[in-house]
Amino acid sequence: MSDLQVEAQSAQAAGPESRTVAADAWYQLRRNWVFWVSIVLIVGISAIVLFPGLFASEDATTSLTGGCQLEDSLEGPGDKFLLGADQQGCDVYSLSIYSARTSVTVGLLTAIGTTLIGSLLGLLAGFYGGKSDSILSGVTSVFLGLPFVLGAVVLLSSIDLPGVWGVVLALTLLSWATAFRLVRAKTMEAKGQDYTLAARALGAKDLRIMFRHILPNAIGPSIVVAVISLGVFIGAEATLSYLGLGIQPPDTSWGVMISEAQNAFFTAPWVLMVPAGFLTVTVLAFILLGETVSDALDPKLRK
Amino acid sequence: MATELLRVEDLQVEFVTRDGVARAVNSVSFSVAPGETVAVLGESGSGKSVTAQAIMGILDTPPARIAGGSIQLLGRELVGLPEDQYRTIRGEQIAMIFQDALSALNPVTAVGKQIAEMFRIHRDASKKDAKDHAIQVMTQVGIPAAASRYDSYPHEFSGGMRQRAMIAMMIALKPQVLIADEPTTALDVTIQAQIIELLQQLQSETDMGLILITHDLGVVAEVADHITVMYAGRTMEEGPVDEIYRSTAHPYTRGLLQSIPTIHSAEGRLPAIPGLPPSLFALPEGCAFHPRCPISQDQCRQGAAPDLVEVADRHRSRCWYAEEVMCSDNLR
Repeated sequence: MSDLQVEAQSAQAAGPESRTVAADAWYQLRRNWVFWVSIVLIVGISAIVLFPGLFASEDATTSLTGGCQLEDSLEGPGDKFLLGADQQGCDVYSLSIYSARTSVTVGLLTAIGTTLIGSLLGLLAGFYGGKSDSILSGVTSVFLGLPFVLGAVVLLSSIDLPGVWGVVLALTLLSWATAFRLVRAKTMEAKGQDYTLAARALGAKDLRIMFRHILPNAIGPSIVVAVISLGVFIGAEATLSYLGLGIQPPDTSWGVMISEAQNAFFTAPWVLMVPAGFLTVTVLAFILLGETVSDALDPKLRK
Repeated sequence: MATELLRVEDLQVEFVTRDGVARAVNSVSFSVAPGETVAVLGESGSGKSVTAQAIMGILDTPPARIAGGSIQLLGRELVGLPEDQYRTIRGEQIAMIFQDALSALNPVTAVGKQIAEMFRIHRDASKKDAKDHAIQVMTQVGIPAAASRYDSYPHEFSGGMRQRAMIAMMIALKPQVLIADEPTTALDVTIQAQIIELLQQLQSETDMGLILITHDLGVVAEVADHITVMYAGRTMEEGPVDEIYRSTAHPYTRGLLQSIPTIHSAEGRLPAIPGLPPSLFALPEGCAFHPRCPISQDQCRQGAAPDLVEVADRHRSRCWYAEEVMCSDNLR
C-alpha cells in the first residue's frame, strides 16, 4: 500500500510535464496484475515460438530421428513420455511445442490482416457514406454470406499458395467483414458527434478528421475483437487442416494435432488435451493483454 | 459604425427529406460589424443553429442545402465557395463555439493537443511551436496552470474549464467573426457569467464580431448590441437591444420576455407562450406564429405572412399589429 502511494506521488510529481498517452497507459498497466500475468504467458509463448529447441527435442517429433515409434502408440503420460504419446507414437509434448510456431503465426497474421483491411474500408465507408458505402457494404455482405468452410475450400483449392500463407490469405479474406462492420458503425457514430463537426469548423481536411479524430474513437472494439478472434483463427486453421487444405504433414500445428486426436479421445484424452491446453492458454493470454491494454489506452476508462 | 465583417442576406436553407422539403431558414438577414454582438434568439427548432452551420459551411449536405441568399465575409461570397477554399476560412477568419464542450472535444485526444492542432493545420507550425502557442491561448482564456493541463483529457476538465478550452481552440487564430452556439446552456449559472465575461473580454481585445445564438434573454440583455428573433425559420423581429427590450413590436418577442421571472413579477405562475413551435413540414397559413399568438386576428390566419416592416430606426417587426404591440403597455 505504502509502496503504491509513494509510486503514485512520484508519478504525480513527475507527471505534468511528461504525460503522453503512452506514458499514462504504462502507468496504468504496470499496476495491473492481470497485465503482468498475460505478459508472462506471452513471453513464454513467444520463447516457444522462436526457440522450440529450448523446450523440447525435434528428434521426438519424427520417425526419421528415432522418435515416433508405432510400438509407443497412445502410450500414457509417464516416464517415457511426459504428457503421453499420440497414435503414431510421437511425444505429444514435443509435438505441441513444435506446433506453436505455425498456429501462432496463422493467428497473429490473420488478426492483423483482418483488422487492417476491415478498419480501413470501414472507415472509408462510414465516413463518406452514400455510394462508396453502398458498394463496400454490398461487397461485405457477399463475404459475410459465404459459408466459411466452403469459401475456404474453394479459395485454397483454386490458389496455389501452400502452407501458412495460403491459410492466412483465405482466413483474412473470409473474416475481415467483422472489423469492417464494427469500424463502419463506430465511424458513423463518431461522424455525427460534435467533435467531428468542430474539427470541420476548424478547417481540418477529411484525411485529418478521419485518422486523427474518428479512427482513435472507432478502432477500440475492433482491436478487442481482433485479439479475441486470434483464437478463433487458430481453430479455423485446424478445421482447414483437417479437411486436408491447410497445414499439411510433415508440418504440424495445434489444429492438426487436435483434429488427429479426436478418434482416440476416449482411450487417450491427453492427445487432445495437451495441444488444446496450449491453444487455450495462448488465446487467454492474448485476450487478457488485449483487454488490459485497450482499457489503459482509453482515457475515459482510466482510474 | 465601422464596415461590416459579415453580412447574411436573405439566407434560405432547406432540408430535403422523404416527408418533403422543410425550409429551416427562410430569408434571414443580418450583419455583424467589428466589436459588435448580434444575438440570434429563438426556441429550439427555430433555425438558429442551422443558420450558424450555414455560415460555417458545415451543413450536412444532403439533406440540407442552401436554397438562396448570400453570406458575405469581408465582401467575399461564401455561398457556393469550393470546399478547399472554405476550409482555409474556417478557424482562421470565422470560428464557432459549440453548445456542449464535452461532446465537441475529441474524447481520446488531450485538450492541449486539440488546441495546438489549429496551429498545425493553418500555420504549419512545428509541434513545439504549436504547443507553446496552445499553452499561451489556454492561459489567455483563463485556464489555470495551462502548461500542466496541456496533456489532460476533456473528461478531466470541469464543465467551465472545458468550455474555456473550447473557446481557446476557436479563438486561437484570432478569427474576425466568432459564432457562439448556446455557449452557456450546458453550464451552471455562476459559470455562465464567467464564460460570457470571458467572451466579452476577448471581444474587446480583438474587436471581433460575435454572433451569439441563445435562448437566454438574460445573457442577451447583458451583452448584445443587436437582436434577431427567429421563429419557424423566419426573422420575427430585429433591432437594437434597448429598442427591443423597451418597445417590443412583436407578440412572440413579448411572450419570450414575459416568460422570464423578474424581481417585480408577482407570485403565481410565470406566463408562458402556449403551444409548441409548428412543424416545418406543415407551417400554418398566414403568420407562422398565429396559432400561439394571444392577439391573432382573421388577417393573421390566412393569406401571406406579414412582411418585415420598419417600426422605428433599425427596428423591424414581422407583425400586422406591430404598432399596436409597441404602443400597448410593455411590461418592462
